[in-house]
Order: sequence, then C-alpha cells, then structure tokens
Amino acid sequence: MATATATATVAAASAARTGKEPGIKPRGWIGFLFIAPNLLGVIAFTLTPLISVIVLAFTDWNLVSGLGGITFTGVDNFVAIARDPGFWNAVGLTMVYVGLSVPLTVVLGLALGIALNRPLPGRAALRAIFFLPYIVNVVAIGMTWLMLMNPTAGLVNQVLGAFGLEPAWFASSHWALPALIVMVWGGVGYCSLIYLSALQDAPRQLYEAADIDGAGAWAKFRVITWPSLLPTTIFLAVTLIIGASQGFGLIALITAGGPGDSTTTISYYMYQTGFQFYRFGYASAIGLVTFAGVLILTLLTWRAQRGRALND
Amino acid sequence: MTERSMTKSKWYWGIPLWILAIAFLAPFAWMLSTALKADVDAYKIPMQWIPDPLLWDNFTTVLSGATSVLPAFGRSVFVAVLRVAGELVTATMAGYAFARMSFRGRDKLFLLYLATAIIPAQLLLVPRFIYFQRLGLYDTLWALILPGMFTVLGTFLMRQFFISQPAEFAEAARMDGANEWRVFTRIYLPLATPVLSALGILAFVWSWNDYETPLVLISNPDRYTLPLSLTNFVDEQGQIAPGLTMAASVISIVPVLIVFVVLQRRFIAAMTHTGIK
Repeated sequence: MATATATATVAAASAARTGKEPGIKPRGWIGFLFIAPNLLGVIAFTLTPLISVIVLAFTDWNLVSGLGGITFTGVDNFVAIARDPGFWNAVGLTMVYVGLSVPLTVVLGLALGIALNRPLPGRAALRAIFFLPYIVNVVAIGMTWLMLMNPTAGLVNQVLGAFGLEPAWFASSHWALPALIVMVWGGVGYCSLIYLSALQDAPRQLYEAADIDGAGAWAKFRVITWPSLLPTTIFLAVTLIIGASQGFGLIALITAGGPGDSTTTISYYMYQTGFQFYRFGYASAIGLVTFAGVLILTLLTWRAQRGRALND
Repeated sequence: MTERSMTKSKWYWGIPLWILAIAFLAPFAWMLSTALKADVDAYKIPMQWIPDPLLWDNFTTVLSGATSVLPAFGRSVFVAVLRVAGELVTATMAGYAFARMSFRGRDKLFLLYLATAIIPAQLLLVPRFIYFQRLGLYDTLWALILPGMFTVLGTFLMRQFFISQPAEFAEAARMDGANEWRVFTRIYLPLATPVLSALGILAFVWSWNDYETPLVLISNPDRYTLPLSLTNFVDEQGQIAPGLTMAASVISIVPVLIVFVVLQRRFIAAMTHTGIK
C-alpha cells in the first residue's frame, strides 16, 4: 500500500529532526547487530535494486540480449523520454487522474469524517462500512466494477438508462478514465478515518468560546475546524498524490491502458515498457523521471504547508 | 462519548449517511448476489438482488475440482504468514535499536531508511525481476516473501513506538546486570504487544491483497496467489464468468473481513496510527 509508505515518510520528517534522546548510552556495535537482519534485507531487496535502476536508466538493454547486451548510452534515454509522445500522454493522463481523484477523495473524506464525528445511530457500524472498500483486494473490486459498469448489461447503466444516459465506460476512450476515478470509493473511507482521528484532537476550548460568542456552524468550521485540519489535509493530499500517481492495479486489470492509450497512466506506461516490451533501460529511466517528478511535487506541497504554518 | 456534550445531534442526521453507506455496500451485495446466481441471470434486467433459487454451485466449483482456488488460498496464507512473521521480527529489532540504542551512524542510517520509504514499489520491480531471475527465485513464492520480510515502514512504526517508551526501564535493568538482549526481550518487547498486533494486521492485509508483485514476479498459474487466481475465470476474449469470479472474490475477502470484524478497533487504531499519530 503506497499510501502507508508515504505516510511513514511524511510523519518521519519531523521525527528525524528530534536528534539525540536523553538516557541512551552509547552501546557500540550491539545496536548494529539488532539492525543487521532488517538492514541486510533492505540492502538486498531495496537499496541494491534502487542503485540498479539508476544505473540501468543510462543503458540500452532488452532482456532478450542477456546481461552481456547492456550498453551504456549516457543520457540517450532521457532525451528519448523528452521526445516520446507516449510518455507525455501518460504524464497528462496521470495529472488528470490525480487532479480529479485526489480533491474528490479529500473533500468527500472530510465531509464524511465530520459527519462521523457526531453522535449518530449506528456510528461504529457506519465507520466500518465506509472503511470496508479500503481493505478489499483490487482484483475483487476491479472485477466487480467491470461487471457493474458493463455498458449494455451492467447495473450502473441500468440505473442511468432511466435518465437516458448510457456511457460506454471502460469501452470508451472518453469515459474510461472518469470510470476509473469512480474508484475513489476505496480511498474516501481511509480519508474520513484519518480526519476523524484529527477531529478528536480539535481544540475543545475554542469551540466552547465560539459557542459563547454565538458563532454559527459555518463560522466555527471556517475559523476553528478547517485551520486545525490543515496539516491533516496536506498530509492526506501528499499521500494520495503519491498513491494515485502510482495507481496501477485497476488499470492493469480493467483497461490494460486502453481503449487506445486513453488510460495509459505513467505507472502503466512504465510497466508496458518494462514487462511487455522488455525495454528495461528505458523503463528504468521513465521510473526515475517519474519518481523525481512526484518527489518535487511532494516537497512543494510540503513546503506550502510549512510556509502556511509560519504565517499563522 | 465526549462529543455528545459538544454537539447536540439529532437522529435524522444519520439518514443521509445510512443511504450513502448502503451505496457503499451495494457493490459487495451485488458481488455476493452474483456469486449465488447462474451466469445467465447475472445481467438480468431488472436485477434480482436475492437469487431464487440460491445457487451454491459456484462456490462448490471454485472450492473443488480443476479450477479450485483453494491451492491459491493456501499459497496466500503461506506467503502472508512468513511475511508477517519475518517483518515483525526484523522490524521490531531494528526499530528498537533505532529508538533505544546508540551506535555510530545511527541517525544517518535512519535518514537513509526514510528516504527509501518514498520509493515507489514499481520503480524497484524491474531490477527485482532481473535479480530474482538470476537467483532462481523468479516464479517462486520466495520472490513475494523475501522482500516483504524486511520493510522500512515496519521498522519506522516500531521505532516510533519504542521512542515513546521511558529510558529509565533500561537503565534500571542494566544496573541489575541484564544484557541488551534481555532488556529488549523482557522489558520493552512485552510493552509493544498492541503495536505488534497492529503492524501484524496491516502487514497481513498488505500481503493478502498484493496483486502487483505476483503479476510481475509469478508467471506459472500453478503458483498464483489468491488475487491473481481471481483472473483465472476470465477467458481469452476477456469474457468474465460472473458467478465463478464473484464466488472466488467473496472467498478472497473473507479472511480480511474476519480480521477486520474481530479486530476492528485495533485495526482502525492501527490505520490512524500509521496515518498521523
């Protein structure tokens, strides 16, 4: 789950800055022994592959030619990426997908989080229901949606047909991407849960003071709730941007990038390049460029929050 | 319920939420309903929510015979058990050392760990594919298990927990002559039980639902894990056998559903914990 990975990073940025803790004596190499099992695995399965990607990005290599077939081509791959219409199509689609799905998820998650923070009949059950789609595997969900959104016989168009609407969804190059965005269904519950935990920490005294001043619900939301939720919102935006830009499972499963290349987002394009055309060097370069792009986007979002916090 | 004092709520506030909740549940209801139907009835108009008669054949087919998903189910269990066990052991030890022990380069190493946490999994799939082929692990379950046993995220979560624990316990124990291993296993580890179970649940769900890694690293259908095996019921033309696919999907959801229902509080706490706290 990419979201969780990103989560760690974001939360850790502050943790790493805390520095030395009191009460810990230097213990020499024993600490290293404790870390060794994990570190060796991380070196073998994460760091070494990462270094390999960076090296491969500067080579031309297809799997068929064997390891001897690796040739260094300098920045050729990156030049080719800049001129690759397939790549830019994928970048554009990814931005549309991220740009539509992330705000939608955040807004719905916020509304739901606030609603679920009130005393309601069956609140615990509601929380569980909204969270459920998040823990179900992507294949089961994908297969279900594929059938529900079947243009002629699916339940969705049976309902929409009553209003004279029958989009072809995954069979249409216009509707396939919007149809994938419907899948925010899965992320909304997660968002509302994170918001819920942030709301529990909202400053009670401020609400009481506002009540005394006779502030209305909207005023309270704008002046107290929203500012106190801003860090959570930025955090969710960052993790969802990272998660959505890596969105892959549903596309691989439902549309395979199609029809045409109308749902070939950047991560699917990289998958195609690497695992269908076996152009490993070029795929690594795409991966690296994308990673750099998402990293910059993440840092900018993060910066925006820090700037905001200082102004407040 | 402290909110009750804050907001006087009216019961009818629940109505739109329950309508939305029913919409959220509808795909699952459809899934179950279709799993209990003959294929010809799957797309019948108007939709029949409660099949008549209830047809259990799809479940029988999916659980027995040539197309059984039970072997894949078993492989998913095998992968999940080893991954979770491995992750808990290595992450706990490393997280403890990063939080409560000191050694040269500790903080630099931890920063390196954090940096790797934002690497997208897809970026690493290309070299992992190559390495596992070289090592003879490609197309084996070990290609799924091994990387999952050593995670940066698990280490990070455990470090966050141990760093919140008082250092005085360790000082006192060391005074009594306990060695570092004893301090760790007898004092700090028992305190970590709730965090360990939270990480365990999450690691289980991640492993259970993983689709992307086996898609790239497993090619033989005899070694498919459960999510991949759900695609067995799609023919070459992309036609889905509705009843069988949905029956298999329902079966794939049951374990996470049980974990979720039984440990709901702890699970939700774990999610919010990995989130922001």
